[in-house]
Amino acid sequence: MEQFAGFAIPGVPYGCTYAIVAVGLVLTYQATGVFNFAFAAQAYMSAFVFTLLTEHEHMPVLLAFFLSVVVLAPVVGLAMDRFLFRKIPNTNTTAKVVTGLSLLVGIPALLPVLFGNENLYNTPSLVFNPNVVYFHLFGSPINGIYMSTIIVTAAVLVAVVALMRFTNLGLQMRGAVESRRLVQLDGVNAGGVVAVAWAISSFLAGLAGVLLAPIYAQLQAQDYITLMVGAIAAAAWGVLRSMPIAALVSILIGVADTVAQGYLPTGSVLYSAVLPSLPFIVLVLALLFVPGMRSLDDAKDPLSSVDPPLPPRITASRVPQLDRIIRVLWYALLAGFVVSMLTWMPQNWENVFNSGLAFATIFLSITLITGMGGQLSLSQATLAGVGAFTAAQLANHLGLSMLVGGIVGAALAAVVAVVLALLSLRLKGLGLALMTLAAALFFDNTIFSQTSITNGQVGLALHHNWATPLNLINSNGHEFFIVAMVVIVVCVLVILQVRKGTVGMYLAAMRGSETASSGIGINLTWQKISIFALSGAVAGVGGTLLAIQQTVANSSQFNYQLSLAFVVIVITTGVGTVEGAIQAGISFVVMQQLLTYLPARFGGTSLVFVLFAFGAMNYAAHPEGILEFQKRRWTTRFERLLFKDKDAGSGLNPGGPTVPVSAAPGGVVVPGSSGGDYV
Amino acid sequence: MATMSDTSGSDTSGSGATGAEGGVFSGPGWPRMEPRLIGNPDPLLLVRGVSKWFGGVQAVQDVSLTVERGESVGLVGPNGAGKTTLFNCVCGQLQHESGSIEFDGVELDRLPTFKRARLGIGRTYQRVEVFSDMTVYDHLMVSERARMGTGRMWKDLLNLSSPTPEERSRVGAVLDLVGLADKADVPVSALGLGMCRLVELARALVGEPILLMADEPSSGLDVHETRELASVLRTLQHERGMAVLLVEHDLGMVGEVVDRAVVMDLGQVIADGPFDTVMANPEVRNAYLGVSA
Repeated sequence: MEQFAGFAIPGVPYGCTYAIVAVGLVLTYQATGVFNFAFAAQAYMSAFVFTLLTEHEHMPVLLAFFLSVVVLAPVVGLAMDRFLFRKIPNTNTTAKVVTGLSLLVGIPALLPVLFGNENLYNTPSLVFNPNVVYFHLFGSPINGIYMSTIIVTAAVLVAVVALMRFTNLGLQMRGAVESRRLVQLDGVNAGGVVAVAWAISSFLAGLAGVLLAPIYAQLQAQDYITLMVGAIAAAAWGVLRSMPIAALVSILIGVADTVAQGYLPTGSVLYSAVLPSLPFIVLVLALLFVPGMRSLDDAKDPLSSVDPPLPPRITASRVPQLDRIIRVLWYALLAGFVVSMLTWMPQNWENVFNSGLAFATIFLSITLITGMGGQLSLSQATLAGVGAFTAAQLANHLGLSMLVGGIVGAALAAVVAVVLALLSLRLKGLGLALMTLAAALFFDNTIFSQTSITNGQVGLALHHNWATPLNLINSNGHEFFIVAMVVIVVCVLVILQVRKGTVGMYLAAMRGSETASSGIGINLTWQKISIFALSGAVAGVGGTLLAIQQTVANSSQFNYQLSLAFVVIVITTGVGTVEGAIQAGISFVVMQQLLTYLPARFGGTSLVFVLFAFGAMNYAAHPEGILEFQKRRWTTRFERLLFKDKDAGSGLNPGGPTVPVSAAPGGVVVPGSSGGDYV
Repeated sequence: MATMSDTSGSDTSGSGATGAEGGVFSGPGWPRMEPRLIGNPDPLLLVRGVSKWFGGVQAVQDVSLTVERGESVGLVGPNGAGKTTLFNCVCGQLQHESGSIEFDGVELDRLPTFKRARLGIGRTYQRVEVFSDMTVYDHLMVSERARMGTGRMWKDLLNLSSPTPEERSRVGAVLDLVGLADKADVPVSALGLGMCRLVELARALVGEPILLMADEPSSGLDVHETRELASVLRTLQHERGMAVLLVEHDLGMVGEVVDRAVVMDLGQVIADGPFDTVMANPEVRNAYLGVSA
């Protein structure tokens, strides 16, 4: 018993680090209706600025705390509310998740661009001295960091619960979560109430960030994101509503972790692979067994009918003459691209475009799963990795060509996707996003971390004979380009055929209303499994292509952060169309290449992610994607210019056989429809 | 809002619509009910002692009811009586805790919703459920395909999924019937609430249900449209032998459409019988009006 206590007690303060984040997440969800994926980024931002001010500018700790937590954090929270989340209808879960993810990707990438790419170490402790052991609990030393974490967590928990339960402001916050518009009709300044909620929750994020920073030797966003996922697991057991349960489960996770560390043999697989995944396993269990997590998105804004509907896709509504012209131009552009790649294109740019084609193939899997299937998956890079590592291992051990291995890899990725689909059958929206995120993290920590599978940080370097009979590696790139083009054309044809066929209709119905879809005889389970499998296979093929193009299969190419970034990138350009995915893939690599011409401080992938993240923030205003929005805009202009005398539909007036959405007489949006939810 | 098809007529007496004379039901796209179903003495829908709890609230308490083949039954009662919950239990969108449900001789209790639909249960919803990305025509086509369960990815990949002439004919017939033919290519997001209810009805009808379960179909419709809807429902019952289970607050419409009424209050059936008799029942009057006999 004493030994158990000796292992368990250190888990309490460790669990409190999860608890303070979990309480902040629950508060944000309860008070704003947004599951704030950006919470970790906000915490990291405050810690970053705090450390910068104290360590580099030598500012007093309290003043730095005031600026980074009391001022900066709430201001950023207010800005997030004012410019982003306020524009998103309550019922549009996808837009809220994507906007949160774009901030999670964008803020940590933006900070080095703004303040310089310096490593930050030794963040000072806010209250107690981290190097002093204040007392021993059952023989376990409690130092300053743990002291402050426990005390602040308890204080925050009491204060926030009291705010939500016993104050008028808390009552108004809970009402505004259901429907801002409805509480406004009761005379409540809903905008102000929600803004206060954002300020409070952002202050909490900043406080958590600064409080926990001394735990880490070096300040890195990655640590905060991992911490947040553990906190999500705890919050999930409280159905994102109960702060005391979230705090309790956080502490239990901490205790379970330290107890397991104490009892498990250090050299075992359980210790090295499963233990780091404990929070993700807890999250998966919560998603599977806590009934409330299956109905997170069931709440409907009673006034959702005032949200405008999305306009129909521009390709379905532009005048036929312009449609023909655009198709011809596309074919001409494609032919020009192919000829250029095979003739005069400089080799470095040919490599860039080849890499873009590989990314585009992975991105097409997002078009399938999210654009067509309406399922928000945050594990597409993981599925790509399954394909890539399978192909590389088959080449390494059996001498199988990567191209053949890629097919096996695609099949295995499809199987993994099917397992994920089976686990997620009863989930949708936020619940599904969390399940797929947990799966991606599980793979990162348990599968892709195994040296026998991925060869560790070095990765599996590809050899020439792995890509026989074609010379795909280290050549002038032509062979790879041709193979990649064939693959992408096949993938596009498959997607287009499925979309216009019966399964495409079933998926469109499923996106509109799962209730009505099953009510007319559609087997939702089968449709979900099918689209997950197809999407997984396409991702697996894309991952193999990427590994061949980069001549290495490395776990850093397929980690969960890239899964998040990929979703943000594709949704920025347009998740509903295949050209959106292709242009996302090409522009992703072209922008990286262009940034190499800028001074080093602005170069690299950081700014690419920042740019795409800012693009994704437009998702709230243009849920059809920037590409689709711009297409609509320019189509309208061209139609006015070229066909002004024609009495036909246009980008803004999708006529022809259809009635203009915005001009429909009494054009009421269907209650219960997804409103602005494009995917 | 467009009026419904002339074939469904302005005959609002409830004594049979003129739709059949227009040929809608006699064409190849709209087969009549099979004789074996009409002559079958067993009830079409048999609900026995069904109960459903939501936490501490018993929404449906030991409810039993039957719907005969080709019969039109009104399920009425005040708000919160458990009518929609019972609908959801029959369709499989909710799982009841006790009791059993049989449809056309098949035990439904373990069947998922989509299989129940394929048995011949059509459904419209209290809160409109339409597919926001689709046109009216697509709504009906997807329902037609779903009923047959013919959607296969390999068929799509081999380009074998184009609508057949029979499918087009059936969809066209239903669009004509409910008066939506001129709106076939309109996205439902451009339609008003009343139109969307008609789209829901058409979507249910194209699956050629043996039993149509309509949940407050007149909500959002004006008086004229409600009368025409009643006429269509009556026509479907008389001419095609389709059974109708109707939840509706517009008792005037219920009176026009149904042969029999079942009244629920607080999760229980409190009356069952001919509409006029049931409405005169003191317990029913008390439930509706709060006045005792």
